[in-house]
Amino acid sequence: MKNKLFEKYFIFSPYFWLVLFFFIPLAIIFKISISVSEWGMPPYQDIFLFDNGFKINTTYENYVYIFSDYYYIGSFVNSLILALISTFFCLLIGFPLAFFIATSNIRLRNMLLVLVVIPFWSSFLLRVYAWKIILQNNGILNLILLNLGITSEPLQLLYNQYAVIMGIVYTYLPLMILPLYGYLNKFDLNLIEASKDLGLNRIKTFFKVILPLSVPGIVAGSLLVFIPVVGEFIIPEMLGGSDRLYYGKILWEEFFVNRNWPGASALAFSGIIILVLPIVIFQILYSRWSQKNEI
Amino acid sequence: MKSSLIKSTVIFLGLFFLYFPILVLIFYSFNENKRVMVWKGFSLRWYNELFNNEQIIEAFIISIKIAALSATFATILGVMIGYSLVRIRKIPFKSFYIFLSSTPLVLPELILGLSMLLFFISLNNVIGFPSSRGQLTIFISHVTFCIAFVAIIIQARLTDFNKNIEEAAMDLGYNYTKVLYKITLPIILPSIIAGWLLAFTISLDDLVVASFTTGPGANTLPIVVFSKVRLGLSPEVNALSAILMFALIIIGLFYFYFNKKFKH
Repeated sequence: MKNKLFEKYFIFSPYFWLVLFFFIPLAIIFKISISVSEWGMPPYQDIFLFDNGFKINTTYENYVYIFSDYYYIGSFVNSLILALISTFFCLLIGFPLAFFIATSNIRLRNMLLVLVVIPFWSSFLLRVYAWKIILQNNGILNLILLNLGITSEPLQLLYNQYAVIMGIVYTYLPLMILPLYGYLNKFDLNLIEASKDLGLNRIKTFFKVILPLSVPGIVAGSLLVFIPVVGEFIIPEMLGGSDRLYYGKILWEEFFVNRNWPGASALAFSGIIILVLPIVIFQILYSRWSQKNEI
Repeated sequence: MKSSLIKSTVIFLGLFFLYFPILVLIFYSFNENKRVMVWKGFSLRWYNELFNNEQIIEAFIISIKIAALSATFATILGVMIGYSLVRIRKIPFKSFYIFLSSTPLVLPELILGLSMLLFFISLNNVIGFPSSRGQLTIFISHVTFCIAFVAIIIQARLTDFNKNIEEAAMDLGYNYTKVLYKITLPIILPSIIAGWLLAFTISLDDLVVASFTTGPGANTLPIVVFSKVRLGLSPEVNALSAILMFALIIIGLFYFYFNKKFKH
């Protein structure tokens, strides 16, 4: 009897908190996204009207509005492309690193792993700021390029999409390396030897043995980089220029500058549906499946 | 021989890439010149100015306070979730429970921040609270998205460790509550500390969610730093960076120390 009470306490305390402070806020975003906007404070009409009998006052105009305007769609597409490119480069740098760390001897391995993840602990904002210093017109990178004679005058490295990609790859790299390492660490290195003994050369060994075995790690790492990058606001704001607009910036401005709450909510809710929901459903199905197989 | 050379080169270049920007930041923090990029000589001037900058000191204290409180709450609730998911069979609407406890991990901060802000505004319209936003609303938001991080650490730890110990204690006459407090919690204590450290750092580092839910008198450190470096460079922020990087890296090492214990 007492056990039950105690179990309930454990289940329902966080349940209560998350429903109240996480689920209801998401529901409110949805509610405002289907509200009719108007001038005033708050800048939308209630969805339930009681003044002349009960009436539901909703609209899908906000969604039509953002999905028919290239300004919004284009920014979202820009963010998807940005996320795709950044994920690719994180993988390109992260994979060899994770692979070589996983194949080191055990003492070195732990040390290297800590060394790779430690920068991730230091402040995100300041790591982005560091790139602002490096990429300045009179910054270190330009200094090196000038001294090597590669360029005769300082290059404009900052405030464009390349600087944004640079910043993202730098800050998100550990998120790619960790899951990759997790999977590479699990597999038997003798497989590589075996495939060599069977006459496969290095390139074939890589594509036929190593790569297929690390697919789950690649998927996990790519998701960890891809999703937050689509919603990234700080890095484009600090390192980017006006050459490209991104989803995060548009959402921010729609809310704070245009004061179009229903529009911003529709943008946010579309982001959840397109980006987050598929992954969460996959996760729940996967955890149920693995639990069932365990029992 | 050749392949080990490639290996060392890749690892060296990787680490260089990860640490070079941090070293640059620390290097420039010792620059005497007010113009950040022009080297004038070694000096501790900006550290001195930093410690006399009331705005930054105040923001730092607010940030630490919010981070410590929200990490503590998030750890308590996160441990409860981790324990429920691994040890308690019957959870009503379990998929919904998993949805609630894992979605904050993948939800872009911007969307989370917006939803929290609109929630607080709506709540204020309905019950008249919170009448203005500030440290309390940042605290609530931070607890909400830190819970998930603690929960996965605890979940992993509890899945790892042998249930037999708990059952043995049960057979020896311990009741349910006693097993939890005398056996389970002490065994997972290192993971609880690791979870707290992670939540603390996430809260301390958060800019986006805090920007949405902040109000008068609640400028956290990242908000102040962002306002200083959004458009340019600031020598004081350089000095702050060096100190903060150092402190956070030490917290990170502690995290590894505690989290390592769980592997054995």
